[in-house]
Amino acid sequence: MRIAILSGKGGTGKSTVAANLAFSLSQTMEVTAVDCDVEEPNLHIFFPDGDVAEEEVLTLVPIVDPDLCNLCGECSRFCRYGALVMGLNGPNLNPQMCHSCRGCRLVCPQDAITEKGRGIGKVSISHPLSGLTLITGTLNEGEVMAPPVIKKAKEISNSGQLTILDSSPGIACPVIETLQDADAAILVTESTPFGLHDLELAAEVVKDMGIPSGVVINRSDGRDQLIGTFCKEKSLPVIMTIPFDRKIAQVQNRGDLISRLDPSWSEKFQELYRKTSDLKEAVQ
Amino acid sequence: MKICVTGQGEGLQSRFEERFGRAPFFTFVDDENGLESLANPYTDGSGGVGPRAAQLIMDHGAKVLITGRLGDNAANALRSGGMKVYTSGGDQSVAAVLDEYRAGRLQPLQ
Repeated sequence: MRIAILSGKGGTGKSTVAANLAFSLSQTMEVTAVDCDVEEPNLHIFFPDGDVAEEEVLTLVPIVDPDLCNLCGECSRFCRYGALVMGLNGPNLNPQMCHSCRGCRLVCPQDAITEKGRGIGKVSISHPLSGLTLITGTLNEGEVMAPPVIKKAKEISNSGQLTILDSSPGIACPVIETLQDADAAILVTESTPFGLHDLELAAEVVKDMGIPSGVVINRSDGRDQLIGTFCKEKSLPVIMTIPFDRKIAQVQNRGDLISRLDPSWSEKFQELYRKTSDLKEAVQ
Repeated sequence: MKICVTGQGEGLQSRFEERFGRAPFFTFVDDENGLESLANPYTDGSGGVGPRAAQLIMDHGAKVLITGRLGDNAANALRSGGMKVYTSGGDQSVAAVLDEYRAGRLQPLQ
């Protein structure tokens, strides 16, 4: 079972939910948490312990043999990402813009293009708790291609066991990559117009991808009609509500977890898991 | 020598456009008073439009570009193709920008 946690809006509490869910479940079963927010991974703050093993993430970029290239420009005309531009002395590569589609190599009539791996990030693996494996993807500074790092982090996670995928905010490519092959999704929101606006976008994405989903309302002041009405309209169940509580914020700000300090919260997050599993069952 | 000016519409009387990669039109003029306007196919592209627009105008034979501003990726692409780039701005026609260029009053960008 792979559960993706997303929100649309940033700062709603994706990592709070992911970390507490991972901690609570690790008390009774083997869990893997994958930090797919590779531009700003933060799950490791909650789980700093354990030795860390690292793997580099490579993407393929083209190399052009200047002796074979006849400056025809087929490669740069093919490149829809603007990564290859035909200059006076041959094709110029902007490696950051290359999506590794390998099309330039295919269209080159001179067979002048080969490929090499280029490091854009890393994936770290640790075992901070006896039942928990933490996998963190990190994109190198200055790089823009997050999806290959997310893909690698997901490949390393053992698909056989329960996996929690903590997504980046938004609904762009990194979130789509995170959601690929997810069995269920938890949409974390807050009861504000901004929270609702971005929840609407996130709800559309999971609907398009056919992923059964439920909503967690975080920092609730008890007046959640705005979100509640939307969820009812879209038949999205609200599967957890976390109150706007200074004590919770204080625990969070220390880098600690409410479910670690208070067993009743651990139970609530286990209940969240059961409700999320039910979403998947309901579809099958 | 072929000169490319970014414009909001076709032809010399249309408004000058300050953006490069997402300019609606590229208007080309040459020494024989040849005139051609090309609709930019990349105005709604999600990314990489600067280098692609650079490739487009270079493939079209331009040696000089007059636009308002350029991103790094477009500037690098134009540099690799040996293009000369000049900048102008404000609410004026493509023809007026060309007059300024011919009078030597435009700033070279690179």
